[in-house]
Amino acid sequence: MPKIIEIRTSPHLKRAVSVDRIMRTVVLALLPIAAFAVWQFGLSVLLLLLTTTGAAVATEWFFARASGRGNTVADWSAVITGLLLGLTLPPGFPLWMAAVAAFVGIALGKALFGGLGYNVMNPALVGRAFVQAAFPVAITTWTPAFAPGRFAELIPSTLTLPFMQPIPVADWIAGLNMDGWSGATPLAMQKFQHIETPITETFTGLIAGSAGETSALLILICGLWLAWQRMLDWRIPASVMAGAALTALPFWLMDPSLYPSPWFVLCSGGLMLAAWFMASDMVASPVTARGVIIYGLFIGVLTVVIRLFGGLVEGVMYAILLGNAIGPLISDWTQPRVYGSVKGKQPPAH
Amino acid sequence: MAEASNQSTSTSSPAPLFDREEPLTADTFIRGLWEENPVFVMMLGMCPALAVTNSTINALGMGLSTTFVLICSGALVSWLRNWIPKQVRIASYIVIIATFVTVVDYLIQAISLELYAALGAFIQLIVVNCIILGRAEAYASKQRLLPTIVNSLGTGLGFTLALLSLGTVRELLGNGSILGVQLFSDNFQGWVIMILPPGGFFVLGAWLLFFNWRRLRKERRMTEQTGVIANAV
Repeated sequence: MPKIIEIRTSPHLKRAVSVDRIMRTVVLALLPIAAFAVWQFGLSVLLLLLTTTGAAVATEWFFARASGRGNTVADWSAVITGLLLGLTLPPGFPLWMAAVAAFVGIALGKALFGGLGYNVMNPALVGRAFVQAAFPVAITTWTPAFAPGRFAELIPSTLTLPFMQPIPVADWIAGLNMDGWSGATPLAMQKFQHIETPITETFTGLIAGSAGETSALLILICGLWLAWQRMLDWRIPASVMAGAALTALPFWLMDPSLYPSPWFVLCSGGLMLAAWFMASDMVASPVTARGVIIYGLFIGVLTVVIRLFGGLVEGVMYAILLGNAIGPLISDWTQPRVYGSVKGKQPPAH
Repeated sequence: MAEASNQSTSTSSPAPLFDREEPLTADTFIRGLWEENPVFVMMLGMCPALAVTNSTINALGMGLSTTFVLICSGALVSWLRNWIPKQVRIASYIVIIATFVTVVDYLIQAISLELYAALGAFIQLIVVNCIILGRAEAYASKQRLLPTIVNSLGTGLGFTLALLSLGTVRELLGNGSILGVQLFSDNFQGWVIMILPPGGFFVLGAWLLFFNWRRLRKERRMTEQTGVIANAV
Protein backbone atom coordinates (compact mmCIF):
# COMPACT_ATOMS: atom_id res chain seq x y z
CA MET A 1 0.00 0.00 0.00
CA PRO A 2 1.54 3.33 -1.05
CA LYS A 3 1.93 5.99 1.57
CA ILE A 4 -0.24 9.03 1.07
CA ILE A 5 1.01 12.46 1.97
CA GLU A 6 -1.88 14.79 2.54
CA ILE A 7 -1.07 18.42 1.83
CA ARG A 8 -3.56 20.87 3.20
CA THR A 9 -3.74 24.51 4.17
CA SER A 10 -3.94 25.50 7.82
CA PRO A 11 -5.47 24.99 10.36
CA HIS A 12 -3.85 21.62 10.79
CA LEU A 13 -5.09 20.88 14.27
CA LYS A 14 -8.83 20.68 14.60
CA ARG A 15 -11.05 19.97 17.53
CA ALA A 16 -13.89 17.67 16.78
CA VAL A 17 -16.69 20.05 17.72
CA SER A 18 -19.88 18.99 16.09
CA VAL A 19 -23.43 20.25 16.48
CA ASP A 20 -24.55 17.26 18.49
CA ARG A 21 -21.51 17.55 20.81
CA ILE A 22 -22.31 21.18 21.59
CA MET A 23 -25.95 20.34 22.13
CA ARG A 24 -25.12 17.37 24.37
CA THR A 25 -22.90 19.60 26.50
CA VAL A 26 -25.69 22.16 26.86
CA VAL A 27 -28.11 19.40 27.88
CA LEU A 28 -25.56 18.25 30.44
CA ALA A 29 -25.32 21.80 31.82
CA LEU A 30 -29.11 22.02 32.04
CA LEU A 31 -29.50 18.75 33.94
CA PRO A 32 -28.47 20.10 37.39
CA ILE A 33 -30.94 22.97 36.97
CA ALA A 34 -33.65 20.49 35.98
CA ALA A 35 -32.76 18.25 38.94
CA PHE A 36 -32.97 21.21 41.32
CA ALA A 37 -36.38 22.12 39.88
CA VAL A 38 -37.64 18.57 40.45
CA TRP A 39 -36.26 18.54 44.00
CA GLN A 40 -37.88 21.91 44.68
CA PHE A 41 -41.31 21.41 43.13
CA GLY A 42 -41.66 17.64 43.04
CA LEU A 43 -43.06 15.09 40.63
CA SER A 44 -45.14 17.62 38.68
CA VAL A 45 -42.03 19.29 37.33
CA LEU A 46 -40.54 15.93 36.36
CA LEU A 47 -43.66 15.18 34.31
CA LEU A 48 -43.65 18.71 32.90
CA LEU A 49 -40.05 18.42 31.70
CA LEU A 50 -40.67 14.97 30.23
CA THR A 51 -43.78 16.24 28.42
CA THR A 52 -42.12 19.31 26.88
CA THR A 53 -39.02 17.36 25.87
CA GLY A 54 -41.06 14.48 24.46
CA ALA A 55 -43.40 16.78 22.54
CA ALA A 56 -40.51 18.83 21.18
CA VAL A 57 -38.63 15.75 19.98
CA ALA A 58 -41.79 14.24 18.46
CA THR A 59 -42.58 17.48 16.62
CA GLU A 60 -39.01 17.75 15.36
CA TRP A 61 -39.11 14.15 14.16
CA PHE A 62 -42.42 14.66 12.39
CA PHE A 63 -41.47 17.86 10.55
CA ALA A 64 -37.99 16.67 9.62
CA ARG A 65 -39.59 13.58 8.11
CA ALA A 66 -42.41 15.47 6.39
CA SER A 67 -40.00 17.95 4.80
CA GLY A 68 -37.55 15.27 3.72
CA ARG A 69 -34.62 16.51 5.81
CA GLY A 70 -33.98 13.09 7.27
CA ASN A 71 -33.83 12.44 10.97
CA THR A 72 -32.67 15.56 12.80
CA VAL A 73 -33.59 14.35 16.27
CA ALA A 74 -30.07 13.00 16.75
CA ASP A 75 -28.57 16.51 16.89
CA TRP A 76 -30.12 16.96 20.36
CA SER A 77 -31.30 20.51 19.65
CA ALA A 78 -34.97 19.58 20.11
CA VAL A 79 -34.11 18.14 23.54
CA ILE A 80 -32.63 21.49 24.57
CA THR A 81 -35.69 23.34 23.31
CA GLY A 82 -37.98 21.02 25.25
CA LEU A 83 -35.93 21.19 28.44
CA LEU A 84 -35.57 24.98 28.34
CA LEU A 85 -39.26 25.41 27.64
CA GLY A 86 -40.18 23.17 30.56
CA LEU A 87 -37.89 25.13 32.87
CA THR A 88 -39.61 28.42 31.98
CA LEU A 89 -43.14 27.19 32.76
CA PRO A 90 -44.88 27.33 36.15
CA PRO A 91 -44.52 24.05 38.10
CA GLY A 92 -48.24 23.25 38.01
CA PHE A 93 -48.72 24.09 34.35
CA PRO A 94 -51.21 21.64 32.75
CA LEU A 95 -49.35 19.05 30.72
CA TRP A 96 -51.52 19.43 27.64
CA MET A 97 -50.74 23.15 27.46
CA ALA A 98 -47.05 22.35 27.86
CA ALA A 99 -47.30 19.97 24.89
CA VAL A 100 -49.00 22.72 22.85
CA ALA A 101 -46.17 25.10 23.74
CA ALA A 102 -43.52 22.58 22.67
CA PHE A 103 -45.33 21.84 19.42
CA VAL A 104 -45.74 25.53 18.54
CA GLY A 105 -42.15 26.29 19.54
CA ILE A 106 -40.66 23.66 17.24
CA ALA A 107 -43.22 23.95 14.42
CA LEU A 108 -43.59 27.72 14.27
CA GLY A 109 -40.25 28.78 15.71
CA LYS A 110 -38.00 26.31 13.94
CA ALA A 111 -39.42 23.89 11.35
CA LEU A 112 -41.15 26.67 9.43
CA PHE A 113 -37.85 28.48 8.91
CA GLY A 114 -36.04 25.35 7.74
CA GLY A 115 -34.85 23.69 10.93
CA LEU A 116 -31.78 24.11 13.09
CA GLY A 117 -29.52 26.91 11.93
CA TYR A 118 -32.26 28.87 10.19
CA ASN A 119 -34.55 29.83 13.05
CA VAL A 120 -34.76 33.57 13.61
CA MET A 121 -35.89 33.28 17.21
CA ASN A 122 -35.29 30.95 20.11
CA PRO A 123 -37.86 28.14 19.58
CA ALA A 124 -38.42 27.57 23.31
CA LEU A 125 -39.34 31.22 23.81
CA VAL A 126 -41.62 31.22 20.75
CA GLY A 127 -43.51 28.34 22.34
CA ARG A 128 -43.68 30.10 25.67
CA ALA A 129 -44.81 33.37 24.12
CA PHE A 130 -47.61 31.49 22.35
CA VAL A 131 -48.98 29.91 25.52
CA GLN A 132 -48.49 33.17 27.40
CA ALA A 133 -50.89 34.79 24.94
CA ALA A 134 -53.19 31.75 24.65
CA PHE A 135 -53.49 30.79 28.32
CA PRO A 136 -52.66 33.94 30.32
CA VAL A 137 -54.20 32.69 33.55
CA ALA A 138 -52.60 29.25 33.65
CA ILE A 139 -49.14 30.61 32.99
CA THR A 140 -49.31 33.01 35.93
CA THR A 141 -50.64 30.49 38.46
CA TRP A 142 -47.81 29.80 40.87
CA THR A 143 -47.51 27.07 43.46
CA PRO A 144 -45.26 27.11 46.52
CA ALA A 145 -41.82 25.53 46.53
CA PHE A 146 -40.98 22.69 48.92
CA ALA A 147 -44.58 21.66 49.40
CA PRO A 148 -44.79 18.69 51.78
CA GLY A 149 -45.47 15.47 49.96
CA ARG A 150 -44.33 16.89 46.64
CA PHE A 151 -42.75 13.55 45.66
CA ALA A 152 -45.87 11.60 46.55
CA GLU A 153 -48.58 13.66 44.86
CA LEU A 154 -48.94 15.89 41.83
CA ILE A 155 -50.06 19.49 41.77
CA PRO A 156 -53.78 19.08 40.85
CA SER A 157 -53.58 21.28 37.74
CA THR A 158 -50.83 19.15 36.20
CA LEU A 159 -53.14 16.37 35.07
CA THR A 160 -55.86 18.57 33.55
CA LEU A 161 -57.72 16.89 30.69
CA PRO A 162 -56.71 18.23 27.28
CA PHE A 163 -58.61 21.36 26.15
CA MET A 164 -60.11 21.79 29.62
CA GLN A 165 -59.51 24.57 32.11
CA PRO A 166 -56.82 23.84 34.67
CA ILE A 167 -58.10 22.33 37.89
CA PRO A 168 -58.04 25.13 40.53
CA VAL A 169 -55.11 24.87 42.91
CA ALA A 170 -56.24 27.38 45.55
CA ASP A 171 -57.84 24.74 47.81
CA TRP A 172 -54.86 22.44 47.40
CA ILE A 173 -52.46 25.22 48.41
CA ALA A 174 -54.65 26.14 51.40
CA GLY A 175 -54.58 22.48 52.46
CA LEU A 176 -50.79 22.55 52.53
CA ASN A 177 -50.81 24.97 55.45
CA MET A 178 -47.66 26.65 54.29
CA ASP A 179 -46.64 29.70 56.30
CA GLY A 180 -46.07 32.92 54.48
CA TRP A 181 -47.40 31.79 51.08
CA SER A 182 -48.93 34.81 49.40
CA GLY A 183 -49.44 33.30 45.96
CA ALA A 184 -47.02 35.73 44.37
CA THR A 185 -43.51 35.36 43.07
CA PRO A 186 -40.78 37.70 44.36
CA LEU A 187 -41.06 39.71 41.15
CA ALA A 188 -44.78 40.29 41.55
CA MET A 189 -44.37 41.20 45.22
CA GLN A 190 -41.72 43.74 44.30
CA LYS A 191 -43.77 45.22 41.47
CA PHE A 192 -47.14 45.52 43.17
CA GLN A 193 -46.39 45.69 46.88
CA HIS A 194 -42.79 46.93 46.71
CA ILE A 195 -41.63 44.20 49.07
CA GLU A 196 -38.19 43.04 48.08
CA THR A 197 -37.41 39.41 48.84
CA PRO A 198 -34.03 39.08 50.59
CA ILE A 199 -31.14 38.53 48.23
CA THR A 200 -30.09 35.31 49.96
CA GLU A 201 -33.40 33.70 49.02
CA THR A 202 -33.50 34.81 45.40
CA PHE A 203 -29.85 33.94 44.91
CA THR A 204 -30.13 30.40 46.21
CA GLY A 205 -33.58 29.93 44.74
CA LEU A 206 -35.64 28.74 47.69
CA ILE A 207 -38.61 30.67 46.30
CA ALA A 208 -41.65 30.29 44.06
CA GLY A 209 -41.46 30.90 40.36
CA SER A 210 -41.17 29.04 37.09
CA ALA A 211 -39.77 25.54 37.40
CA GLY A 212 -36.15 26.20 36.54
CA GLU A 213 -35.64 29.93 36.98
CA THR A 214 -35.43 30.15 40.75
CA SER A 215 -31.82 29.42 41.68
CA ALA A 216 -29.59 32.15 40.31
CA LEU A 217 -26.57 30.53 41.96
CA LEU A 218 -27.03 27.14 40.29
CA ILE A 219 -27.71 28.70 36.88
CA LEU A 220 -24.60 30.85 37.29
CA ILE A 221 -22.45 27.79 38.06
CA CYS A 222 -23.84 25.76 35.14
CA GLY A 223 -23.54 28.73 32.79
CA LEU A 224 -19.97 29.46 33.81
CA TRP A 225 -19.05 25.81 33.28
CA LEU A 226 -20.58 25.97 29.80
CA ALA A 227 -18.68 29.18 29.03
CA TRP A 228 -15.47 27.56 30.30
CA GLN A 229 -16.15 24.67 27.92
CA ARG A 230 -16.40 27.32 25.16
CA MET A 231 -19.93 26.18 24.37
CA LEU A 232 -21.43 29.62 24.80
CA ASP A 233 -20.24 33.15 24.21
CA TRP A 234 -19.61 34.65 27.68
CA ARG A 235 -20.07 38.16 26.26
CA ILE A 236 -23.82 37.60 25.81
CA PRO A 237 -24.81 36.77 29.42
CA ALA A 238 -22.29 39.31 30.72
CA SER A 239 -23.73 42.13 28.63
CA VAL A 240 -27.34 41.11 29.33
CA MET A 241 -26.65 41.29 33.06
CA ALA A 242 -24.68 44.52 32.71
CA GLY A 243 -27.47 46.10 30.68
CA ALA A 244 -30.11 45.09 33.22
CA ALA A 245 -28.11 46.16 36.28
CA LEU A 246 -27.04 49.50 34.81
CA THR A 247 -30.62 50.36 33.80
CA ALA A 248 -31.99 49.44 37.21
CA LEU A 249 -29.27 51.33 39.15
CA PRO A 250 -30.36 54.98 38.63
CA PHE A 251 -33.99 54.20 39.47
CA TRP A 252 -32.96 52.36 42.62
CA LEU A 253 -30.71 55.25 43.69
CA MET A 254 -33.61 57.67 43.19
CA ASP A 255 -36.10 55.70 45.28
CA PRO A 256 -35.00 52.41 46.84
CA SER A 257 -38.42 51.90 48.43
CA LEU A 258 -40.15 51.83 45.06
CA TYR A 259 -37.67 50.39 42.59
CA PRO A 260 -35.81 47.08 42.85
CA SER A 261 -32.11 46.97 43.54
CA PRO A 262 -29.79 45.91 40.70
CA TRP A 263 -28.92 42.62 42.42
CA PHE A 264 -32.60 41.86 42.92
CA VAL A 265 -33.13 42.52 39.21
CA LEU A 266 -30.34 40.09 38.36
CA CYS A 267 -31.36 37.29 40.71
CA SER A 268 -35.14 37.40 40.40
CA GLY A 269 -37.42 36.09 37.70
CA GLY A 270 -36.04 34.38 34.65
CA LEU A 271 -33.26 36.84 33.92
CA MET A 272 -30.39 34.57 34.95
CA LEU A 273 -31.68 31.50 33.10
CA ALA A 274 -32.56 33.59 30.06
CA ALA A 275 -29.22 35.41 29.98
CA TRP A 276 -27.14 32.24 30.20
CA PHE A 277 -29.17 29.71 28.27
CA MET A 278 -31.59 31.54 25.96
CA ALA A 279 -30.02 34.81 24.87
CA SER A 280 -26.89 32.79 24.11
CA ASP A 281 -28.72 30.63 21.53
CA MET A 282 -26.03 30.19 18.88
CA VAL A 283 -28.40 30.43 15.93
CA ALA A 284 -30.55 33.35 17.00
CA SER A 285 -27.81 35.67 18.32
CA PRO A 286 -25.56 37.93 16.21
CA VAL A 287 -22.24 36.55 14.99
CA THR A 288 -19.82 39.45 15.47
CA ALA A 289 -17.91 40.11 18.70
CA ARG A 290 -19.11 43.71 18.98
CA GLY A 291 -22.56 42.66 17.82
CA VAL A 292 -23.21 40.25 20.69
CA ILE A 293 -22.42 42.99 23.22
CA ILE A 294 -24.92 45.39 21.64
CA TYR A 295 -27.42 42.52 21.48
CA GLY A 296 -26.89 41.61 25.14
CA LEU A 297 -27.15 45.21 26.36
CA PHE A 298 -30.32 45.67 24.30
CA ILE A 299 -31.92 42.62 25.93
CA GLY A 300 -30.85 43.67 29.44
CA VAL A 301 -32.11 47.24 29.09
CA LEU A 302 -35.38 46.14 27.52
CA THR A 303 -36.01 43.54 30.24
CA VAL A 304 -35.77 46.15 32.99
CA VAL A 305 -37.83 48.67 31.02
CA ILE A 306 -40.63 46.11 30.60
CA ARG A 307 -40.38 45.05 34.25
CA LEU A 308 -40.50 48.60 35.61
CA PHE A 309 -42.87 50.31 33.22
CA GLY A 310 -44.77 47.56 31.42
CA GLY A 311 -47.96 45.81 32.44
CA LEU A 312 -46.15 42.50 32.71
CA VAL A 313 -44.23 41.34 35.73
CA GLU A 314 -41.45 39.68 33.75
CA GLY A 315 -40.17 40.99 30.44
CA VAL A 316 -37.09 38.93 29.66
CA MET A 317 -38.94 36.64 27.23
CA TYR A 318 -40.14 39.45 24.98
CA ALA A 319 -36.81 41.23 25.34
CA ILE A 320 -34.97 38.19 23.98
CA LEU A 321 -37.47 37.64 21.18
CA LEU A 322 -37.04 41.28 20.12
CA GLY A 323 -33.27 40.92 20.48
CA ASN A 324 -33.41 37.84 18.23
CA ALA A 325 -35.45 39.81 15.71
CA ILE A 326 -32.86 42.61 15.41
CA GLY A 327 -29.95 40.15 15.65
CA PRO A 328 -29.29 39.89 11.90
CA LEU A 329 -29.34 43.71 11.65
CA ILE A 330 -26.78 44.03 14.44
CA SER A 331 -24.58 41.48 12.68
CA ASP A 332 -24.83 43.57 9.55
CA TRP A 333 -23.90 46.86 11.30
CA THR A 334 -20.94 45.43 13.14
CA GLN A 335 -19.09 43.68 10.35
CA PRO A 336 -15.38 43.96 11.08
CA ARG A 337 -13.26 46.06 8.75
CA VAL A 338 -11.53 43.97 6.15
CA TYR A 339 -7.78 44.10 6.83
CA GLY A 340 -6.12 46.64 4.58
CA SER A 341 -9.33 48.27 3.39
CA VAL A 342 -9.79 52.04 3.67
CA LYS A 343 -12.54 53.31 5.92
CA GLY A 344 -15.63 54.30 4.00
CA LYS A 345 -14.58 52.39 0.92
CA GLN A 346 -16.04 49.10 -0.17
CA PRO A 347 -13.53 46.26 0.01
CA PRO A 348 -12.65 44.94 -3.43
CA ALA A 349 -14.83 42.13 -4.63
CA HIS A 350 -13.21 38.74 -4.34
CA MET B 1 -66.20 31.71 -28.39
CA ALA B 2 -68.44 34.58 -29.41
CA GLU B 3 -66.34 37.45 -30.64
CA ALA B 4 -68.04 40.77 -30.01
CA SER B 5 -65.60 43.61 -30.42
CA ASN B 6 -68.37 45.82 -31.79
CA GLN B 7 -69.69 46.11 -28.25
CA SER B 8 -67.30 48.92 -27.53
CA THR B 9 -69.03 52.21 -28.30
CA SER B 10 -66.17 54.34 -27.08
CA THR B 11 -64.45 55.30 -30.31
CA SER B 12 -61.64 57.25 -28.66
CA SER B 13 -59.96 54.19 -27.13
CA PRO B 14 -59.24 50.98 -29.03
CA ALA B 15 -60.74 47.77 -27.75
CA PRO B 16 -58.41 46.10 -25.21
CA LEU B 17 -56.74 42.83 -26.09
CA PHE B 18 -58.61 40.77 -23.57
CA ASP B 19 -61.94 42.38 -24.27
CA ARG B 20 -63.73 39.27 -25.37
CA GLU B 21 -66.78 37.79 -23.84
CA GLU B 22 -66.81 34.30 -22.49
CA PRO B 23 -69.76 31.93 -22.51
CA LEU B 24 -71.55 31.02 -19.33
CA THR B 25 -70.21 27.68 -18.12
CA ALA B 26 -69.88 25.89 -14.82
CA ASP B 27 -66.31 27.15 -14.76
CA THR B 28 -67.57 30.75 -14.55
CA PHE B 29 -68.94 29.91 -11.14
CA ILE B 30 -66.38 27.39 -9.86
CA ARG B 31 -63.34 29.49 -10.74
CA GLY B 32 -63.96 32.19 -8.14
CA LEU B 33 -65.07 29.64 -5.59
CA TRP B 34 -62.03 27.39 -5.77
CA GLU B 35 -59.34 27.75 -8.46
CA GLU B 36 -59.09 31.51 -8.06
CA ASN B 37 -60.30 31.70 -4.48
CA PRO B 38 -59.91 35.37 -3.51
CA VAL B 39 -58.22 34.72 -0.17
CA PHE B 40 -56.39 31.42 -0.52
CA VAL B 41 -55.21 31.77 -4.12
CA MET B 42 -55.35 35.43 -5.17
CA MET B 43 -54.43 36.66 -1.65
CA LEU B 44 -56.88 39.56 -1.92
CA GLY B 45 -59.11 40.97 0.81
CA MET B 46 -56.59 40.07 3.52
CA CYS B 47 -57.74 42.91 5.77
CA PRO B 48 -61.28 41.64 6.50
CA ALA B 49 -60.01 38.03 6.34
CA LEU B 50 -57.73 38.72 9.29
CA ALA B 51 -59.71 41.31 11.17
CA VAL B 52 -63.31 40.11 11.40
CA THR B 53 -62.94 36.33 11.45
CA ASN B 54 -62.74 35.98 15.24
CA SER B 55 -66.13 34.28 15.23
CA THR B 56 -68.20 32.29 12.74
CA ILE B 57 -71.08 34.74 12.72
CA ASN B 58 -68.79 37.70 11.98
CA ALA B 59 -67.15 35.77 9.16
CA LEU B 60 -70.51 34.79 7.72
CA GLY B 61 -71.88 38.35 7.98
CA MET B 62 -68.80 39.82 6.35
CA GLY B 63 -68.70 37.19 3.60
CA LEU B 64 -72.37 37.55 2.67
CA SER B 65 -72.22 41.37 2.74
CA THR B 66 -69.24 41.30 0.41
CA THR B 67 -71.00 38.79 -1.85
CA PHE B 68 -74.04 41.07 -2.05
CA VAL B 69 -71.92 44.08 -2.97
CA LEU B 70 -69.95 41.99 -5.47
CA ILE B 71 -73.06 40.77 -7.29
CA CYS B 72 -74.88 44.11 -7.33
CA SER B 73 -71.91 46.24 -8.31
CA GLY B 74 -70.80 43.64 -10.86
CA ALA B 75 -74.24 43.59 -12.42
CA LEU B 76 -74.44 47.37 -12.63
CA VAL B 77 -70.91 47.72 -13.98
CA SER B 78 -71.60 45.03 -16.59
CA TRP B 79 -74.88 46.66 -17.57
CA LEU B 80 -73.31 50.10 -17.89
CA ARG B 81 -70.02 48.89 -19.37
CA ASN B 82 -70.64 50.45 -22.77
CA TRP B 83 -71.63 53.82 -21.34
CA ILE B 84 -68.77 54.29 -18.90
CA PRO B 85 -65.86 56.10 -20.59
CA LYS B 86 -62.58 54.25 -20.07
CA GLN B 87 -60.87 57.34 -18.65
CA VAL B 88 -63.15 57.68 -15.63
CA ARG B 89 -64.02 54.02 -15.15
CA ILE B 90 -62.29 53.57 -11.78
CA ALA B 91 -64.12 56.55 -10.28
CA SER B 92 -67.41 55.28 -11.71
CA TYR B 93 -66.84 51.80 -10.27
CA ILE B 94 -66.06 53.27 -6.86
CA VAL B 95 -69.29 55.29 -6.90
CA ILE B 96 -71.26 52.18 -7.85
CA ILE B 97 -69.56 50.04 -5.20
CA ALA B 98 -69.94 52.73 -2.52
CA THR B 99 -73.67 52.91 -3.24
CA PHE B 100 -74.16 49.22 -2.55
CA VAL B 101 -71.88 49.30 0.48
CA THR B 102 -74.10 52.03 1.93
CA VAL B 103 -77.13 49.82 1.25
CA VAL B 104 -75.46 46.89 3.06
CA ASP B 105 -74.38 49.17 5.89
CA TYR B 106 -77.97 50.24 6.58
CA LEU B 107 -79.31 46.72 5.98
CA ILE B 108 -77.09 45.13 8.62
CA GLN B 109 -77.83 47.95 11.02
CA ALA B 110 -81.54 47.21 10.57
CA ILE B 111 -81.23 43.42 10.79
CA SER B 112 -78.79 43.00 13.66
CA LEU B 113 -77.29 45.85 15.62
CA GLU B 114 -75.11 43.35 17.45
CA LEU B 115 -73.48 42.12 14.26
CA TYR B 116 -73.17 45.72 13.08
CA ALA B 117 -71.26 46.61 16.22
CA ALA B 118 -69.05 43.52 15.92
CA LEU B 119 -68.10 44.21 12.31
CA GLY B 120 -67.54 47.89 13.02
CA ALA B 121 -65.78 49.93 10.37
CA PHE B 122 -65.13 46.87 8.23
CA ILE B 123 -68.56 47.10 6.60
CA GLN B 124 -67.81 50.58 5.27
CA LEU B 125 -64.38 49.36 4.31
CA ILE B 126 -65.90 46.87 1.85
CA VAL B 127 -65.64 49.88 -0.52
CA VAL B 128 -61.89 49.48 -0.67
CA ASN B 129 -61.92 45.68 -0.79
CA CYS B 130 -59.73 44.96 -3.78
CA ILE B 131 -61.71 41.83 -4.69
CA ILE B 132 -64.70 43.95 -5.70
CA LEU B 133 -62.79 46.56 -7.66
CA GLY B 134 -60.69 43.77 -9.15
CA ARG B 135 -63.76 41.88 -10.33
CA ALA B 136 -65.28 45.08 -11.73
CA GLU B 137 -62.13 45.92 -13.67
CA ALA B 138 -61.13 42.44 -14.77
CA TYR B 139 -64.48 40.81 -15.37
CA ALA B 140 -67.66 42.86 -15.07
CA SER B 141 -66.47 45.67 -17.34
CA LYS B 142 -65.95 43.20 -20.20
CA GLN B 143 -68.61 40.54 -19.81
CA ARG B 144 -72.32 40.22 -20.32
CA LEU B 145 -74.73 40.52 -17.43
CA LEU B 146 -75.48 36.87 -16.67
CA PRO B 147 -71.91 35.53 -16.60
CA THR B 148 -70.94 38.51 -14.44
CA ILE B 149 -73.61 37.73 -11.88
CA VAL B 150 -72.64 34.04 -11.81
CA ASN B 151 -68.94 34.84 -11.59
CA SER B 152 -69.49 37.40 -8.83
CA LEU B 153 -71.59 34.88 -6.93
CA GLY B 154 -68.80 32.32 -7.22
CA THR B 155 -66.14 34.77 -6.10
CA GLY B 156 -68.31 36.04 -3.26
CA LEU B 157 -69.04 32.53 -2.04
CA GLY B 158 -65.36 31.69 -2.36
CA PHE B 159 -64.58 34.68 -0.14
CA THR B 160 -67.28 33.62 2.31
CA LEU B 161 -65.91 30.07 2.34
CA ALA B 162 -62.42 31.36 3.12
CA LEU B 163 -63.67 33.63 5.90
CA LEU B 164 -65.71 30.77 7.33
CA SER B 165 -62.76 28.40 7.33
CA LEU B 166 -60.84 31.00 9.34
CA GLY B 167 -63.78 31.97 11.54
CA THR B 168 -64.84 28.46 12.54
CA VAL B 169 -61.33 27.39 13.52
CA ARG B 170 -60.76 30.58 15.50
CA GLU B 171 -64.10 30.39 17.29
CA LEU B 172 -63.72 26.67 17.97
CA LEU B 173 -60.29 27.05 19.54
CA GLY B 174 -60.92 30.43 21.09
CA ASN B 175 -64.34 29.80 22.63
CA GLY B 176 -65.09 26.12 22.10
CA SER B 177 -68.19 27.01 20.14
CA ILE B 178 -69.46 27.39 16.58
CA LEU B 179 -72.07 30.05 15.78
CA GLY B 180 -72.28 30.64 19.50
CA VAL B 181 -73.28 27.04 20.30
CA GLN B 182 -71.01 25.53 22.94
CA LEU B 183 -69.64 22.22 21.66
CA PHE B 184 -67.69 21.25 24.76
CA SER B 185 -68.39 21.26 28.46
CA ASP B 186 -68.28 24.53 30.37
CA ASN B 187 -64.80 23.66 31.48
CA PHE B 188 -63.36 24.26 28.03
CA GLN B 189 -60.19 26.33 28.11
CA GLY B 190 -60.33 28.92 25.34
CA TRP B 191 -57.13 29.79 23.50
CA VAL B 192 -57.28 33.53 24.02
CA ILE B 193 -54.71 34.14 21.30
CA MET B 194 -57.06 32.73 18.65
CA ILE B 195 -59.59 35.51 19.27
CA LEU B 196 -56.85 38.13 19.22
CA PRO B 197 -55.34 39.42 15.95
CA PRO B 198 -52.32 37.03 16.00
CA GLY B 199 -54.77 34.12 15.85
CA GLY B 200 -55.97 35.38 12.46
CA PHE B 201 -52.44 35.29 11.10
CA PHE B 202 -51.75 31.83 12.54
CA VAL B 203 -54.93 30.27 11.17
CA LEU B 204 -54.58 31.93 7.76
CA GLY B 205 -50.98 30.74 7.59
CA ALA B 206 -52.00 27.23 8.53
CA TRP B 207 -54.68 27.10 5.81
CA LEU B 208 -52.27 28.46 3.19
CA LEU B 209 -49.73 25.86 4.29
CA PHE B 210 -52.34 23.14 3.91
CA PHE B 211 -53.45 24.24 0.42
CA ASN B 212 -49.90 24.70 -0.83
CA TRP B 213 -48.89 21.31 0.53
CA ARG B 214 -51.83 19.72 -1.30
CA ARG B 215 -51.00 21.56 -4.53
CA LEU B 216 -47.33 20.56 -4.38
CA ARG B 217 -48.23 16.95 -3.71
CA LYS B 218 -50.61 16.94 -6.67
CA GLU B 219 -47.99 18.49 -8.94
CA ARG B 220 -45.40 15.96 -7.84
CA ARG B 221 -47.75 13.10 -8.59
CA MET B 222 -48.51 14.57 -12.02
CA THR B 223 -44.83 14.80 -12.92
CA GLU B 224 -44.23 11.31 -11.59
CA GLN B 225 -47.04 9.98 -13.75
CA THR B 226 -45.88 11.78 -16.89
CA GLY B 227 -42.38 10.56 -16.10
CA VAL B 228 -43.61 6.98 -16.03
CA ILE B 229 -45.44 7.44 -19.31
CA ALA B 230 -42.42 9.04 -20.93
CA ASN B 231 -40.25 6.16 -19.77
CA ALA B 232 -42.76 3.65 -21.05
CA VAL B 233 -42.77 5.30 -24.45
